Amino acid sequence: MNLKPISAKAPPLTIKAINTTSYKDRLLGYIKHPLSGLLFLIVTVAALVTFAVLLFIIGYILIRGVPHLNLSLFEFQYNTTNVSMMPAIINTLIMVVLALLISGPLGIFSAIYLVEYAGSANRLVKIVRMTAETLSGIPSIVYGLFGMLFFVVTIGWGYSMLAGALTLSIMILPLVMRTTEEALISVPISYREGSYALGAGKLRTVFRIVLPGAIPGILAGIILATGRVMGETAALLFTAGSVAQVPDSVLGSGRTLAVHMYVLANEGLHVNQASATGVVLLVLVLLINWLSAAVAKKIVK
Amino acid sequence: MTNKFKLRNVNLWYNDFQALHDVSMDIEANAITAFIGPSGCGKSTLIKSLNRMNDLVEGCKITGELLLDGEDIYGDIDINLLRKRVGMVFQKPNPFPMSIYDNIAFGPKTHGIKSKYKLDDIVEKALNDAAIWDEVKDRLKKSALSLSGGQQQRLCIARALSVSPDVLLMDEPTSALDPISTSKIEDLITELKQQYTVVIVTHNMQQAARISDSTAFFLLGEMVEFGDSEQVFSMPKDIRCEDYITGRFG
Repeated sequence: MNLKPISAKAPPLTIKAINTTSYKDRLLGYIKHPLSGLLFLIVTVAALVTFAVLLFIIGYILIRGVPHLNLSLFEFQYNTTNVSMMPAIINTLIMVVLALLISGPLGIFSAIYLVEYAGSANRLVKIVRMTAETLSGIPSIVYGLFGMLFFVVTIGWGYSMLAGALTLSIMILPLVMRTTEEALISVPISYREGSYALGAGKLRTVFRIVLPGAIPGILAGIILATGRVMGETAALLFTAGSVAQVPDSVLGSGRTLAVHMYVLANEGLHVNQASATGVVLLVLVLLINWLSAAVAKKIVK
Repeated sequence: MTNKFKLRNVNLWYNDFQALHDVSMDIEANAITAFIGPSGCGKSTLIKSLNRMNDLVEGCKITGELLLDGEDIYGDIDINLLRKRVGMVFQKPNPFPMSIYDNIAFGPKTHGIKSKYKLDDIVEKALNDAAIWDEVKDRLKKSALSLSGGQQQRLCIARALSVSPDVLLMDEPTSALDPISTSKIEDLITELKQQYTVVIVTHNMQQAARISDSTAFFLLGEMVEFGDSEQVFSMPKDIRCEDYITGRFG
Protein backbone atom coordinates (compact mmCIF):
# COMPACT_ATOMS: atom_id res chain seq x y z
CA MET A 1 0.00 0.00 0.00
CA ASN A 2 1.25 3.44 -0.84
CA LEU A 3 0.45 6.28 1.49
CA LYS A 4 0.80 9.66 -0.17
CA PRO A 5 1.48 12.66 2.04
CA ILE A 6 -1.15 15.36 1.99
CA SER A 7 0.05 18.06 -0.39
CA ALA A 8 1.74 20.91 1.40
CA LYS A 9 -0.11 24.02 0.34
CA ALA A 10 0.00 27.23 2.34
CA PRO A 11 -3.41 28.37 3.57
CA PRO A 12 -4.74 31.51 1.89
CA LEU A 13 -3.82 34.76 3.62
CA THR A 14 -7.41 35.86 4.00
CA ILE A 15 -8.35 33.20 6.52
CA LYS A 16 -8.77 34.09 10.17
CA ALA A 17 -7.25 31.27 12.19
CA ILE A 18 -9.19 30.49 15.37
CA ASN A 19 -6.18 29.10 17.23
CA THR A 20 -4.04 32.23 17.34
CA THR A 21 -3.97 34.77 20.13
CA SER A 22 -2.99 38.37 19.56
CA TYR A 23 -0.11 39.76 21.57
CA LYS A 24 -2.47 42.14 23.34
CA ASP A 25 -4.83 39.32 24.37
CA ARG A 26 -1.91 37.38 25.73
CA LEU A 27 -0.75 40.30 27.87
CA LEU A 28 -4.30 40.89 29.10
CA GLY A 29 -4.51 37.22 29.95
CA TYR A 30 -1.78 37.70 32.56
CA ILE A 31 -4.13 39.89 34.60
CA LYS A 32 -6.04 36.76 35.50
CA HIS A 33 -2.84 34.93 36.36
CA PRO A 34 -0.59 37.47 38.09
CA LEU A 35 2.06 34.87 39.01
CA SER A 36 2.46 33.82 35.38
CA GLY A 37 2.62 37.50 34.51
CA LEU A 38 5.38 38.03 37.05
CA LEU A 39 7.41 35.14 35.66
CA PHE A 40 6.90 36.46 32.14
CA LEU A 41 8.18 39.84 33.29
CA ILE A 42 11.25 38.37 35.04
CA VAL A 43 12.36 36.21 32.12
CA THR A 44 11.79 38.99 29.61
CA VAL A 45 13.77 41.50 31.66
CA ALA A 46 16.57 39.00 32.24
CA ALA A 47 16.84 38.32 28.52
CA LEU A 48 16.81 42.02 27.70
CA VAL A 49 19.46 42.89 30.32
CA THR A 50 21.76 40.14 29.06
CA PHE A 51 21.35 41.30 25.52
CA ALA A 52 21.86 44.94 26.49
CA VAL A 53 25.08 44.24 28.41
CA LEU A 54 26.50 42.32 25.46
CA LEU A 55 25.47 45.07 23.07
CA PHE A 56 26.94 47.74 25.33
CA ILE A 57 30.32 46.00 25.61
CA ILE A 58 30.60 45.38 21.88
CA GLY A 59 29.44 48.91 21.12
CA TYR A 60 31.86 50.41 23.62
CA ILE A 61 34.81 48.51 22.19
CA LEU A 62 33.85 49.44 18.62
CA ILE A 63 33.28 53.13 19.39
CA ARG A 64 36.49 53.43 21.34
CA GLY A 65 38.58 51.33 18.98
CA VAL A 66 37.43 51.78 15.40
CA PRO A 67 38.45 55.47 15.04
CA HIS A 68 42.01 54.54 16.00
CA LEU A 69 42.38 51.72 13.51
CA ASN A 70 44.89 52.70 10.82
CA LEU A 71 47.27 50.99 8.47
CA SER A 72 50.37 51.69 10.54
CA LEU A 73 48.91 49.44 13.22
CA PHE A 74 49.23 46.54 10.79
CA GLU A 75 52.81 47.04 9.67
CA PHE A 76 54.82 43.90 9.79
CA GLN A 77 57.53 45.25 12.07
CA TYR A 78 56.68 46.60 15.49
CA ASN A 79 58.36 49.76 16.74
CA THR A 80 57.48 52.31 19.39
CA THR A 81 56.04 54.80 16.91
CA ASN A 82 53.66 52.53 15.01
CA VAL A 83 52.95 50.13 17.93
CA SER A 84 51.94 47.60 15.27
CA MET A 85 49.85 44.64 16.35
CA MET A 86 50.72 42.51 13.35
CA PRO A 87 53.33 40.39 15.21
CA ALA A 88 50.79 39.91 18.00
CA ILE A 89 48.14 38.70 15.54
CA ILE A 90 50.56 36.19 14.08
CA ASN A 91 51.68 35.11 17.56
CA THR A 92 48.06 34.65 18.60
CA LEU A 93 47.42 32.32 15.68
CA ILE A 94 50.62 30.39 16.38
CA MET A 95 49.64 30.10 20.04
CA VAL A 96 46.15 28.84 19.21
CA VAL A 97 47.49 26.24 16.78
CA LEU A 98 50.22 25.04 19.16
CA ALA A 99 47.94 24.82 22.18
CA LEU A 100 45.23 22.97 20.23
CA LEU A 101 47.76 20.62 18.62
CA ILE A 102 48.90 19.57 22.08
CA SER A 103 45.68 19.53 24.06
CA GLY A 104 43.29 18.53 21.25
CA PRO A 105 44.52 14.96 20.63
CA LEU A 106 45.33 14.46 24.30
CA GLY A 107 41.91 15.63 25.49
CA ILE A 108 39.97 13.81 22.78
CA PHE A 109 41.82 10.53 23.25
CA SER A 110 41.53 10.60 27.01
CA ALA A 111 37.79 11.25 26.66
CA ILE A 112 37.53 8.25 24.31
CA TYR A 113 39.30 6.17 26.95
CA LEU A 114 36.95 7.33 29.68
CA VAL A 115 33.75 6.76 27.70
CA GLU A 116 34.53 3.82 25.43
CA TYR A 117 37.22 1.80 27.14
CA ALA A 118 37.06 2.19 30.89
CA GLY A 119 34.13 0.49 32.60
CA SER A 120 31.71 2.68 34.50
CA ALA A 121 32.88 1.16 37.79
CA ASN A 122 36.51 2.01 37.02
CA ARG A 123 38.13 3.97 39.87
CA LEU A 124 40.54 5.69 37.49
CA VAL A 125 37.63 7.27 35.61
CA LYS A 126 36.33 8.91 38.76
CA ILE A 127 39.80 10.15 39.69
CA VAL A 128 40.47 11.56 36.21
CA ARG A 129 37.07 13.25 36.15
CA MET A 130 37.60 14.80 39.56
CA THR A 131 41.07 15.99 38.60
CA ALA A 132 39.72 17.57 35.43
CA GLU A 133 37.01 19.37 37.33
CA THR A 134 39.51 20.66 39.88
CA LEU A 135 41.89 21.79 37.14
CA SER A 136 39.18 23.75 35.38
CA GLY A 137 38.48 25.70 38.57
CA ILE A 138 42.03 26.93 39.06
CA PRO A 139 42.64 30.62 38.20
CA SER A 140 44.84 31.14 35.17
CA ILE A 141 47.46 33.08 37.11
CA VAL A 142 48.21 29.88 39.02
CA TYR A 143 48.79 28.07 35.74
CA GLY A 144 51.07 30.93 34.75
CA LEU A 145 53.07 30.59 37.93
CA PHE A 146 53.38 26.83 37.46
CA GLY A 147 54.37 27.29 33.81
CA MET A 148 57.04 29.79 34.79
CA LEU A 149 58.50 27.61 37.53
CA PHE A 150 58.39 24.41 35.50
CA PHE A 151 58.81 25.18 31.79
CA VAL A 152 60.62 28.51 31.98
CA VAL A 153 62.93 27.93 34.95
CA THR A 154 63.27 24.20 35.67
CA ILE A 155 63.37 22.98 32.09
CA GLY A 156 65.11 26.19 31.11
CA TRP A 157 63.22 27.18 27.99
CA GLY A 158 63.07 30.77 29.16
CA TYR A 159 60.14 32.97 28.15
CA SER A 160 59.02 31.17 25.03
CA MET A 161 56.01 30.41 22.82
CA LEU A 162 56.48 26.72 23.63
CA ALA A 163 56.34 27.29 27.40
CA GLY A 164 53.25 29.45 26.87
CA ALA A 165 51.56 26.92 24.59
CA LEU A 166 52.22 24.03 26.98
CA THR A 167 50.89 26.03 29.92
CA LEU A 168 47.75 26.94 28.00
CA SER A 169 47.41 23.32 26.86
CA ILE A 170 47.27 22.16 30.45
CA MET A 171 44.78 24.92 31.15
CA ILE A 172 42.37 24.01 28.34
CA LEU A 173 42.85 20.24 28.58
CA PRO A 174 39.99 19.71 31.06
CA LEU A 175 37.70 21.80 28.86
CA VAL A 176 38.48 19.79 25.72
CA MET A 177 38.26 16.51 27.60
CA ARG A 178 34.97 17.19 29.35
CA THR A 179 33.17 18.53 26.27
CA THR A 180 34.41 15.58 24.21
CA GLU A 181 33.28 13.22 26.94
CA GLU A 182 29.79 14.73 26.99
CA ALA A 183 29.65 14.59 23.19
CA LEU A 184 30.62 10.90 23.17
CA ILE A 185 28.12 10.05 25.88
CA SER A 186 25.35 11.74 23.91
CA VAL A 187 25.87 9.35 20.97
CA PRO A 188 23.08 6.75 21.43
CA ILE A 189 24.14 3.30 22.68
CA SER A 190 22.00 1.81 19.89
CA TYR A 191 24.51 3.05 17.27
CA ARG A 192 27.28 1.16 19.02
CA GLU A 193 25.08 -1.95 19.35
CA GLY A 194 24.23 -1.80 15.66
CA SER A 195 27.89 -1.60 14.76
CA TYR A 196 29.03 -4.40 17.06
CA ALA A 197 26.16 -6.60 15.87
CA LEU A 198 27.55 -6.35 12.33
CA GLY A 199 30.87 -7.72 13.53
CA ALA A 200 32.68 -4.39 13.67
CA GLY A 201 35.36 -4.22 16.33
CA LYS A 202 35.89 -1.52 18.91
CA LEU A 203 38.30 0.52 16.79
CA ARG A 204 35.95 0.69 13.81
CA THR A 205 32.93 1.35 15.97
CA VAL A 206 34.62 4.22 17.78
CA PHE A 207 36.15 5.88 14.73
CA ARG A 208 33.43 5.27 12.14
CA ILE A 209 30.24 5.45 14.19
CA VAL A 210 30.78 7.16 17.52
CA LEU A 211 33.29 9.92 16.69
CA PRO A 212 31.46 11.26 13.61
CA GLY A 213 28.32 11.55 15.71
CA ALA A 214 30.22 13.42 18.40
CA ILE A 215 31.99 15.92 16.13
CA PRO A 216 29.63 18.87 16.65
CA GLY A 217 30.05 18.59 20.42
CA ILE A 218 33.80 18.15 20.19
CA LEU A 219 34.11 21.20 17.94
CA ALA A 220 32.06 23.26 20.36
CA GLY A 221 34.65 22.40 23.00
CA ILE A 222 37.51 23.31 20.64
CA ILE A 223 35.87 26.67 19.93
CA LEU A 224 35.56 27.39 23.65
CA ALA A 225 39.18 26.39 24.12
CA THR A 226 40.26 28.65 21.25
CA GLY A 227 38.44 31.53 22.89
CA ARG A 228 40.24 30.93 26.16
CA VAL A 229 43.64 30.81 24.45
CA MET A 230 42.99 34.03 22.55
CA GLY A 231 41.78 35.86 25.62
CA GLU A 232 44.46 34.64 28.04
CA THR A 233 46.94 37.13 29.48
CA ALA A 234 47.90 36.18 33.03
CA ALA A 235 49.21 32.73 32.21
CA LEU A 236 51.12 34.02 29.18
CA LEU A 237 52.84 37.00 30.77
CA PHE A 238 54.81 34.62 32.97
CA THR A 239 55.55 32.01 30.33
CA ALA A 240 55.61 33.40 26.80
CA GLY A 241 56.73 36.86 27.85
CA SER A 242 55.86 40.05 26.03
CA VAL A 243 58.35 40.59 23.22
CA ALA A 244 56.49 42.39 20.45
CA GLN A 245 57.97 40.44 17.57
CA VAL A 246 57.25 37.16 15.85
CA PRO A 247 59.93 34.86 17.33
CA ASP A 248 62.31 32.93 15.07
CA SER A 249 61.39 29.63 16.71
CA VAL A 250 58.95 28.27 19.27
CA LEU A 251 61.65 28.80 21.85
CA GLY A 252 61.51 32.57 21.36
CA SER A 253 59.35 34.92 23.37
CA GLY A 254 56.32 36.59 21.80
CA ARG A 255 53.16 38.39 22.88
CA THR A 256 49.67 37.50 21.75
CA LEU A 257 46.96 40.08 21.03
CA ALA A 258 45.49 39.92 24.51
CA VAL A 259 48.93 40.39 26.09
CA HIS A 260 49.68 43.18 23.60
CA MET A 261 46.49 44.91 24.62
CA TYR A 262 47.30 44.48 28.28
CA VAL A 263 50.81 45.88 27.87
CA LEU A 264 49.63 48.89 25.84
CA ALA A 265 46.91 49.73 28.34
CA ASN A 266 49.25 49.10 31.27
CA GLU A 267 51.96 51.42 29.99
CA GLY A 268 49.30 54.08 29.67
CA LEU A 269 50.90 55.64 26.58
CA HIS A 270 48.84 53.92 23.90
CA VAL A 271 45.37 53.46 25.38
CA ASN A 272 43.72 54.27 22.05
CA GLN A 273 45.79 51.66 20.26
CA ALA A 274 44.81 49.19 22.98
CA SER A 275 41.16 49.86 22.12
CA ALA A 276 41.90 49.29 18.46
CA THR A 277 43.57 46.01 19.39
CA GLY A 278 40.40 45.09 21.25
CA VAL A 279 38.40 45.52 18.05
CA VAL A 280 40.77 43.26 16.13
CA LEU A 281 40.67 40.63 18.89
CA LEU A 282 36.89 40.73 18.85
CA VAL A 283 36.74 40.34 15.09
CA LEU A 284 39.29 37.53 15.18
CA VAL A 285 37.31 35.57 17.78
CA LEU A 286 34.07 36.02 15.82
CA LEU A 287 35.85 34.97 12.64
CA ILE A 288 37.20 31.79 14.20
CA ASN A 289 33.82 30.90 15.69
CA TRP A 290 32.16 31.37 12.35
CA LEU A 291 34.85 29.38 10.57
CA SER A 292 34.62 26.44 12.98
CA ALA A 293 30.84 26.41 12.70
CA ALA A 294 31.16 26.29 8.91
CA VAL A 295 33.73 23.49 9.10
CA ALA A 296 31.52 21.54 11.52
CA LYS A 297 28.58 21.87 9.15
CA LYS A 298 30.69 20.59 6.28
CA ILE A 299 32.02 17.59 8.23
CA VAL A 300 28.63 16.58 9.60
CA LYS A 301 27.13 16.72 6.13
CA MET B 1 16.15 -31.29 9.87
CA THR B 2 19.36 -29.90 11.20
CA ASN B 3 19.96 -27.88 14.31
CA LYS B 4 21.67 -24.51 14.10
CA PHE B 5 22.05 -23.84 17.80
CA LYS B 6 22.41 -26.34 20.58
CA LEU B 7 21.99 -24.94 24.10
CA ARG B 8 22.67 -27.01 27.20
CA ASN B 9 22.08 -25.91 30.79
CA VAL B 10 22.53 -22.23 30.10
CA ASN B 11 22.51 -20.11 33.25
CA LEU B 12 22.99 -16.37 33.17
CA TRP B 13 23.48 -13.78 35.90
CA TYR B 14 23.42 -10.01 35.84
CA ASN B 15 25.57 -9.41 38.91
CA ASP B 16 23.56 -11.20 41.63
CA PHE B 17 20.35 -11.57 39.68
CA GLN B 18 19.90 -14.85 37.87
CA ALA B 19 18.13 -14.09 34.59
CA LEU B 20 18.24 -17.56 33.01
CA HIS B 21 17.84 -20.93 34.75
CA ASP B 22 19.13 -24.09 33.08
CA VAL B 23 17.88 -23.42 29.58
CA SER B 24 18.43 -26.30 27.15
CA MET B 25 17.08 -26.25 23.63
CA ASP B 26 17.87 -26.95 19.99
CA ILE B 27 17.11 -24.30 17.40
CA GLU B 28 16.33 -25.63 13.98
CA ALA B 29 18.09 -24.33 10.88
CA ASN B 30 16.08 -22.59 8.15
CA ALA B 31 13.09 -22.20 10.41
CA ILE B 32 11.57 -19.47 12.50
CA THR B 33 11.81 -19.93 16.24
CA ALA B 34 9.84 -17.55 18.43
CA PHE B 35 10.59 -16.69 22.06
CA ILE B 36 7.53 -15.52 23.96
CA GLY B 37 6.82 -14.64 27.55
CA PRO B 38 6.08 -11.69 29.81
CA SER B 39 8.52 -8.80 30.18
CA GLY B 40 11.63 -9.63 32.15
CA CYS B 41 11.34 -13.38 31.56
CA GLY B 42 14.79 -13.64 29.98
CA LYS B 43 13.87 -14.08 26.31
CA SER B 44 15.82 -11.01 25.15
CA THR B 45 18.69 -12.00 27.40
CA LEU B 46 18.84 -15.43 25.80
CA ILE B 47 18.74 -14.10 22.24
CA LYS B 48 21.58 -11.70 23.05
CA SER B 49 23.66 -14.60 24.32
CA LEU B 50 23.53 -16.18 20.87
CA ASN B 51 25.73 -13.48 19.30
CA ARG B 52 27.46 -12.46 22.52
CA MET B 53 25.91 -9.01 22.67
CA ASN B 54 25.69 -9.69 26.41
CA ASP B 55 29.45 -9.26 26.52
CA LEU B 56 28.77 -5.52 26.40
CA VAL B 57 26.76 -5.69 29.60
CA GLU B 58 28.87 -5.21 32.71
CA GLY B 59 28.47 -7.88 35.36
CA CYS B 60 26.96 -10.49 33.02
CA LYS B 61 28.07 -14.06 33.76
CA ILE B 62 27.11 -17.12 31.69
CA THR B 63 27.58 -20.84 32.37
CA GLY B 64 26.58 -23.86 30.33
CA GLU B 65 27.10 -24.78 26.72
CA LEU B 66 26.05 -22.83 23.62
CA LEU B 67 26.97 -24.31 20.25
CA LEU B 68 26.54 -22.86 16.78
CA ASP B 69 26.90 -25.60 14.13
CA GLY B 70 28.70 -27.61 16.78
CA GLU B 71 31.16 -24.81 17.52
CA ASP B 72 31.37 -23.36 21.03
CA ILE B 73 30.13 -19.75 20.87
CA TYR B 74 32.00 -18.92 24.06
CA GLY B 75 35.08 -20.95 23.16
CA ASP B 76 38.02 -20.06 20.98
CA ILE B 77 36.13 -18.05 18.40
CA ASP B 78 36.56 -14.69 16.67
CA ILE B 79 33.77 -12.68 18.21
CA ASN B 80 33.48 -10.34 15.20
CA LEU B 81 33.15 -13.28 12.83
CA LEU B 82 30.54 -14.81 15.13
CA ARG B 83 28.49 -11.60 14.93
CA LYS B 84 28.92 -11.59 11.17
CA ARG B 85 27.42 -15.10 11.08
CA VAL B 86 24.71 -14.29 13.59
CA GLY B 87 23.12 -10.99 12.60
CA MET B 88 20.80 -9.01 14.80
CA VAL B 89 17.87 -6.64 14.41
CA PHE B 90 16.94 -4.56 17.43
CA GLN B 91 13.68 -3.53 19.02
CA LYS B 92 13.96 0.10 18.00
CA PRO B 93 15.19 0.79 14.47
CA ASN B 94 18.77 2.02 14.85
CA PRO B 95 20.06 3.16 11.47
CA PHE B 96 23.40 4.97 11.63
CA PRO B 97 23.25 8.73 11.03
CA MET B 98 24.61 8.41 7.50
CA SER B 99 23.21 7.79 4.04
CA ILE B 100 21.06 4.77 3.20
CA TYR B 101 23.85 3.42 1.00
CA ASP B 102 26.52 3.88 3.67
CA ASN B 103 24.33 2.17 6.26
CA ILE B 104 24.28 -1.00 4.19
CA ALA B 105 27.88 -0.73 2.97
CA PHE B 106 29.22 -0.36 6.53
CA GLY B 107 29.01 -4.09 7.28
CA PRO B 108 30.67 -5.44 4.11
CA LYS B 109 33.37 -2.76 4.38
CA THR B 110 34.00 -3.91 7.95
CA HIS B 111 34.74 -7.36 6.61
CA GLY B 112 37.16 -6.16 3.99
CA ILE B 113 35.12 -5.62 0.83
CA LYS B 114 36.44 -2.52 -0.90
CA SER B 115 35.44 -2.73 -4.54
CA LYS B 116 32.78 -0.14 -5.33
CA TYR B 117 31.26 -2.50 -7.86
CA LYS B 118 30.89 -5.32 -5.34
CA LEU B 119 29.51 -2.95 -2.70
CA ASP B 120 26.89 -1.62 -5.12
CA ASP B 121 25.83 -5.20 -5.76
CA ILE B 122 25.62 -6.08 -2.08
CA VAL B 123 23.65 -2.93 -1.25
CA GLU B 124 21.11 -3.61 -3.98
CA LYS B 125 20.74 -7.27 -3.04
CA ALA B 126 20.38 -6.59 0.68
CA LEU B 127 17.80 -3.86 0.12
CA ASN B 128 15.95 -6.14 -2.29
CA ASP B 129 15.96 -9.01 0.19
CA ALA B 130 14.57 -6.69 2.84
CA ALA B 131 11.81 -5.57 0.45
CA ILE B 132 12.72 -1.92 0.58
CA TRP B 133 14.75 -1.46 -2.64
CA ASP B 134 11.87 -0.01 -4.65
CA GLU B 135 11.17 2.59 -1.99
CA VAL B 136 14.74 3.83 -1.60
CA LYS B 137 16.53 3.14 -4.88
CA ASP B 138 16.22 6.76 -5.98
CA ARG B 139 17.54 8.23 -2.77
CA LEU B 140 20.39 6.03 -1.67
CA LYS B 141 22.49 9.09 -0.86
CA LYS B 142 19.86 10.57 1.43
CA SER B 143 20.16 10.24 5.19
CA ALA B 144 18.71 7.03 6.59
CA LEU B 145 17.10 9.08 9.34
CA SER B 146 14.72 10.61 6.80
CA LEU B 147 12.93 7.26 6.39
CA SER B 148 9.77 6.34 8.27
CA GLY B 149 9.98 3.98 11.26
CA GLY B 150 8.89 0.94 9.27
CA GLN B 151 11.32 1.71 6.47
CA GLN B 152 14.10 2.25 8.99
CA GLN B 153 13.47 -1.17 10.48
CA ARG B 154 13.55 -2.83 7.05
CA LEU B 155 16.75 -0.90 6.38
CA CYS B 156 18.17 -2.37 9.59
CA ILE B 157 17.16 -5.84 8.40
CA ALA B 158 18.89 -5.12 5.08
CA ARG B 159 21.94 -3.95 7.01
CA ALA B 160 21.98 -7.20 8.97
CA LEU B 161 21.66 -9.19 5.71
CA SER B 162 24.48 -7.23 4.04
CA VAL B 163 27.18 -9.32 5.71
CA SER B 164 25.46 -12.55 4.56
CA PRO B 165 24.83 -14.12 7.96
CA ASP B 166 23.50 -17.65 8.60
CA VAL B 167 21.25 -16.58 11.41
CA LEU B 168 19.09 -13.54 12.01
CA LEU B 169 18.21 -12.68 15.58
CA MET B 170 15.28 -10.30 15.96
CA ASP B 171 14.52 -8.70 19.28
CA GLU B 172 10.89 -7.54 19.08
CA PRO B 173 11.46 -6.09 15.62
CA THR B 174 7.92 -4.80 15.16
CA SER B 175 7.07 -3.53 18.63
CA ALA B 176 7.71 0.09 17.65
CA LEU B 177 5.88 -0.10 14.31
CA ASP B 178 2.37 0.46 13.00
CA PRO B 179 0.25 -2.49 11.73
CA ILE B 180 1.04 -1.91 8.04
CA SER B 181 4.79 -1.89 8.59
CA THR B 182 4.41 -4.85 10.92
CA SER B 183 2.66 -6.96 8.32
CA LYS B 184 5.33 -6.04 5.75
CA ILE B 185 8.07 -7.17 8.10
CA GLU B 186 6.20 -10.37 8.98
CA ASP B 187 5.92 -11.25 5.28
CA LEU B 188 9.59 -10.50 4.95
CA ILE B 189 10.56 -12.76 7.85
CA THR B 190 8.59 -15.64 6.34
CA GLU B 191 10.49 -15.09 3.09
CA LEU B 192 13.82 -14.96 4.86
CA LYS B 193 13.60 -18.41 6.38
CA GLN B 194 14.37 -19.95 2.99
CA GLN B 195 17.93 -18.74 3.38
CA TYR B 196 18.36 -17.92 7.02
CA THR B 197 17.68 -19.31 10.45
CA VAL B 198 15.48 -16.80 12.23
CA VAL B 199 15.07 -16.40 15.98
CA ILE B 200 12.51 -13.82 16.99
CA VAL B 201 11.51 -12.41 20.34
CA THR B 202 7.97 -11.08 20.36
CA HIS B 203 5.31 -9.86 22.72
CA ASN B 204 2.69 -10.34 20.09
CA MET B 205 1.11 -13.77 20.48
CA GLN B 206 -0.67 -13.66 17.14
CA GLN B 207 2.59 -12.78 15.46
CA ALA B 208 4.35 -15.77 16.97
CA ALA B 209 1.47 -18.06 15.97
CA ARG B 210 1.36 -16.61 12.43
CA ILE B 211 4.98 -16.79 11.45
CA SER B 212 6.94 -19.17 13.65
CA ASP B 213 7.63 -22.87 13.24
CA SER B 214 8.61 -23.48 16.85
CA THR B 215 7.83 -21.49 19.94
CA ALA B 216 9.53 -21.33 23.31
CA PHE B 217 7.66 -19.91 26.29
CA PHE B 218 9.72 -18.34 29.06
CA LEU B 219 8.73 -17.40 32.57
CA LEU B 220 11.01 -15.90 35.22
CA GLY B 221 14.15 -17.02 33.42
CA GLU B 222 12.97 -20.57 32.92
CA MET B 223 12.00 -22.17 29.64
CA VAL B 224 8.58 -23.55 30.52
CA GLU B 225 7.55 -24.99 27.18
CA PHE B 226 9.18 -25.49 23.80
CA GLY B 227 7.69 -27.17 20.79
CA ASP B 228 5.93 -26.91 17.48
CA SER B 229 4.15 -23.55 17.32
CA GLU B 230 0.93 -25.22 16.26
CA GLN B 231 0.99 -27.47 19.28
CA VAL B 232 2.12 -24.75 21.72
CA PHE B 233 -0.67 -22.44 20.66
CA SER B 234 -3.46 -24.99 20.28
CA MET B 235 -2.81 -27.38 23.16
CA PRO B 236 -0.02 -26.20 25.44
CA LYS B 237 1.17 -28.85 27.86
CA ASP B 238 1.97 -26.51 30.70
CA ILE B 239 -0.86 -24.73 32.50
CA ARG B 240 1.25 -21.54 32.92
CA CYS B 241 1.84 -21.43 29.19
CA GLU B 242 -1.84 -21.92 28.51
CA ASP B 243 -2.73 -19.14 30.94
CA TYR B 244 -0.31 -16.79 29.27
CA ILE B 245 -1.39 -17.57 25.73
CA THR B 246 -5.06 -17.20 26.54
CA GLY B 247 -4.35 -13.94 28.32
CA ARG B 248 -5.25 -15.01 31.83
CA PHE B 249 -2.13 -13.42 33.28
CA GLY B 250 0.69 -11.15 32.23
